[in-house]
Amino acid sequence: MESIFDFSVISNNFLQFMIGRYPNGPLGGLALTLILAFISVILSIIFGLILGLLCISRNSFIRIPVSFFVNLIRAMPLLMVIFWMFFLLPALTGGKFPENGTVVFALTIFTSCYISQIVKAGIASIPKGQTEASISSGLTYWQTMRYVVLPQGLRNMIPSFVNQFVSLIKDTSLGYIVGVSELTQVAQQINNRTQNYAAEIFIFLAIIYFIICFAFTTLSRWLEKNLAWRKSI
Amino acid sequence: MSSYQFDLSIITNGKFAQMLVDGLITTIQLSSVSCVLAFIIGLNIAVMRLTSFTPIRIFAQCYLEFFRNTPLIVQLFFWYFGSFQILPTFINDWLNNLNFEFAAAVIALTFYTSAFIAEDIRSGILAIPKEQMEASRSSGFSYIRSMHYIILPQAVRLTIPPLINQFLNLAKNSSMAMVIGVGELTYQARQIESQSFKSFEAFFAATFIYVCISFIISGIINIYDKKVLNPMGKGTH
Repeated sequence: MESIFDFSVISNNFLQFMIGRYPNGPLGGLALTLILAFISVILSIIFGLILGLLCISRNSFIRIPVSFFVNLIRAMPLLMVIFWMFFLLPALTGGKFPENGTVVFALTIFTSCYISQIVKAGIASIPKGQTEASISSGLTYWQTMRYVVLPQGLRNMIPSFVNQFVSLIKDTSLGYIVGVSELTQVAQQINNRTQNYAAEIFIFLAIIYFIICFAFTTLSRWLEKNLAWRKSI
Repeated sequence: MSSYQFDLSIITNGKFAQMLVDGLITTIQLSSVSCVLAFIIGLNIAVMRLTSFTPIRIFAQCYLEFFRNTPLIVQLFFWYFGSFQILPTFINDWLNNLNFEFAAAVIALTFYTSAFIAEDIRSGILAIPKEQMEASRSSGFSYIRSMHYIILPQAVRLTIPPLINQFLNLAKNSSMAMVIGVGELTYQARQIESQSFKSFEAFFAATFIYVCISFIISGIINIYDKKVLNPMGKGTH
């Protein structure tokens, strides 16, 4: 029986899938996907932590607007956030804004709102007695957060951060829409050029994403199960 | 740089308002059809994931991992561009007679969402005390019948808030169907933008609609949690 698939299209374009047109042009493909996801997750953790702390601030002039902003972004599809950045950033900076920057901005804003909720839940999981004890020992609110609550809470959040990284790897595929030459865009270019191998190309694409995301999902499950300090709290 | 005139009247009446309404209707149709289909598949996968028969359990696990760890946009492209090669000719003809973009989007959204729904239902099933299954098995019910008559009716009741939440995710995820040319809300906003050059108004309107959908659905979940699952106001379920 003759096979309906012809995977030679993959082996002929393998390098382009991995690094785009790199030595002769901008970096792309899987390498760019991973770089965008990595930068975005680092920035998102930083901003997510700040937003999460502001969301539980005792000052309602801070808490209410920040919570409103976080809920607003969480109510929007990521695609909308990307389009907003695509129009807003050039208007604000008054010039052309690089596509890679647009996507990193959009992913960071979107993901940090989700991470802020993880941070909120992580802080709430620390028994209240600890906060009361450290405040009665004479620490200020921020010192309590910095030295007592966050060090324990953040450790609990590590598996969730890994999950967010997996979501980000999947979400970078939306960079396709604003013309970032990440993995999905490269696959679409190869599909347009070769015409007849769509099934092979997109199956291969799904497999690459699957291998990477599944590896990190497994890591996050392993962390959740095997880290002894989770049980000590 | 000249100042930008923000003028909402352009999208509140006439052709563009009609386009937004069409987009909203397509978004709701797409999400509703996919949600019902995804619920049916997800329910089956969740039960398969919990059986003691290993091949079926492993199949369900592979299904879940595969669809959860692949981007939705890749799945959309696969069904839209790649399904011709794989599906038999008569199915292709049938899909072409329907609206093929819409059908491909429904298929992709259904498979993607069913994996998430299956996980929600699975945790609902696990929340039902094990003794109920044991009791119904020892009363002579088969595994399938115990699931059908005893476990699932209770599990689904617990799963309704996360399911409504999945519908919300679906409504948001359906925005990606624009990449294969389905005329849903985001696609229409893009069209209005390219026809009128009023990008801020167009995306403001679309964002406003999405935010309204989200807030309505979150409101429903809160009411359900308070009135049905927790009528006495005691803790969470």
